[in-house]
Amino acid sequence: MATAVLALQGAFAEHEARLAELGEKTFELRSPEDLARSFDRLVLPGGESTVQGRLHEELGMLGPLRERIVDGMPVLATCAGLILLAQRLAAHDDKGTPRLATMDVTVERNAYGRQLGSFHAVAEVAGVGRDVPMTFIRAPRVVDAGPKAQVLARVNGDAVAVRQGVQLGLAFHPELDQDLRLHQLFLSL
Amino acid sequence: MAKDERTSKATIPAPEPERAKLNRELAQMLKGGVIMDVTTPEQARIAEEAGACAVMALERIPADIRAAGGVSRMSDPHMIKGIQAAVSIPVMAKCRIGHFVEAQVLQAIDIDYIDESEVLSPADDVYHIDKTQFAVPFVCGARDLGEALRRIAEGASMIRTKGEPGTGDVVQAVSHMRLIDAQIRHVVSLRADELFEEAKRLQVPIELVRSVHESGRLPVVNFAAGGVATPADAALMMQLGAEGVFVGSGIFKSGDPAKRARAIVGAVTDFNDPEKIASLSEDLGEAMVGINKDEMDLLMAERGK
Repeated sequence: MATAVLALQGAFAEHEARLAELGEKTFELRSPEDLARSFDRLVLPGGESTVQGRLHEELGMLGPLRERIVDGMPVLATCAGLILLAQRLAAHDDKGTPRLATMDVTVERNAYGRQLGSFHAVAEVAGVGRDVPMTFIRAPRVVDAGPKAQVLARVNGDAVAVRQGVQLGLAFHPELDQDLRLHQLFLSL
Repeated sequence: MAKDERTSKATIPAPEPERAKLNRELAQMLKGGVIMDVTTPEQARIAEEAGACAVMALERIPADIRAAGGVSRMSDPHMIKGIQAAVSIPVMAKCRIGHFVEAQVLQAIDIDYIDESEVLSPADDVYHIDKTQFAVPFVCGARDLGEALRRIAEGASMIRTKGEPGTGDVVQAVSHMRLIDAQIRHVVSLRADELFEEAKRLQVPIELVRSVHESGRLPVVNFAAGGVATPADAALMMQLGAEGVFVGSGIFKSGDPAKRARAIVGAVTDFNDPEKIASLSEDLGEAMVGINKDEMDLLMAERGK
């Protein structure tokens, strides 16, 4: 089996490279026809959430993907991917962009401001270990995690890694650093 | 007052070392996307709604700059702020080549990306901006590998082809993309001991030539720009190896901007799918009226080498 990497826009090639280093087969999910290929894991990469939401809407891929996630397919969602996965967006921020809405969290987009607010941090992730490098690019913030979602890591008090069953949502970009531990965690789900 | 004191006073504190990496990484998030020129908040909203991954805020699109002639400068910060308030995607803006104070102003208003652009009138005919002194990222135009690597050495964290802006004629963007690609393949083919001579020939630091030799690509993201007017133009640039596309005059100079914008976004996503591009290309209304480079007095790509 293989991991499907959503490849509508953004940093999908970087996820494919990290997964290949771990020996995982991947392919790019670009159109509804690709959904017929066999895969048992899904990566929702970073990029621009409004662009990705808009393309999803046009391609009609959200429904089928949502069904598979609800049925228990492991998913790794980073940055814009986390926004796709969130059940709720902060009220002032919700432009009605279509989403998968399978994770019990409220997310605020661009929560650290514009590019000058982008930053790098190192923190412990529960079940993964210490000193995990975390790159935040115009990142979202998890403002509220519901009872079904377990917070795995915090930076400056904000939840930045959340797990709900086999769904893993990250506000940062593990695919941009050389540390493979979070991708390993994803492959173990 | 000593000269170095003056410059150090004027500049914002030097950026922390990880800034350069973060700035290259923002460009990675834009990959597979379309960056659209907009002149008003309304156009910015149309662009965002159509799926633009960023907008370039400017007072006049290149076709109108070309028509108006005269000196074209950085846009009014108030106008740029209006566009920043209108959309949630990254907002870029242009400064003149070498005009580091315009760049300081753009950084001061918290712009996401600065385009040190040949579309505006150059402010310096020798020196580009020392972009390593800024926290905010820069994108620069290039016609060949030497220009691209010189801009990267100066601190650019993203490259785009120069093309020939405001023409609706993709020929220059195609030849710039092909040339950069061919030169990269050449550098890859060289022996390690031949790289020094190549660095001298390209007038760039040896470290950057080594990086290209080892990776087979530019060390930063490379977009296509200058003359893209149709979905097929955008897909052509992607098939030639661009990682995304800038569309300047092509959208808001056309008959139905919202529809054309959506179609170009779709063509960049599915650039290898001719049937999809065919359906996206239907009934788009009138494309911008093009001008051929042989009919022009001003070649913007000649600015800043």
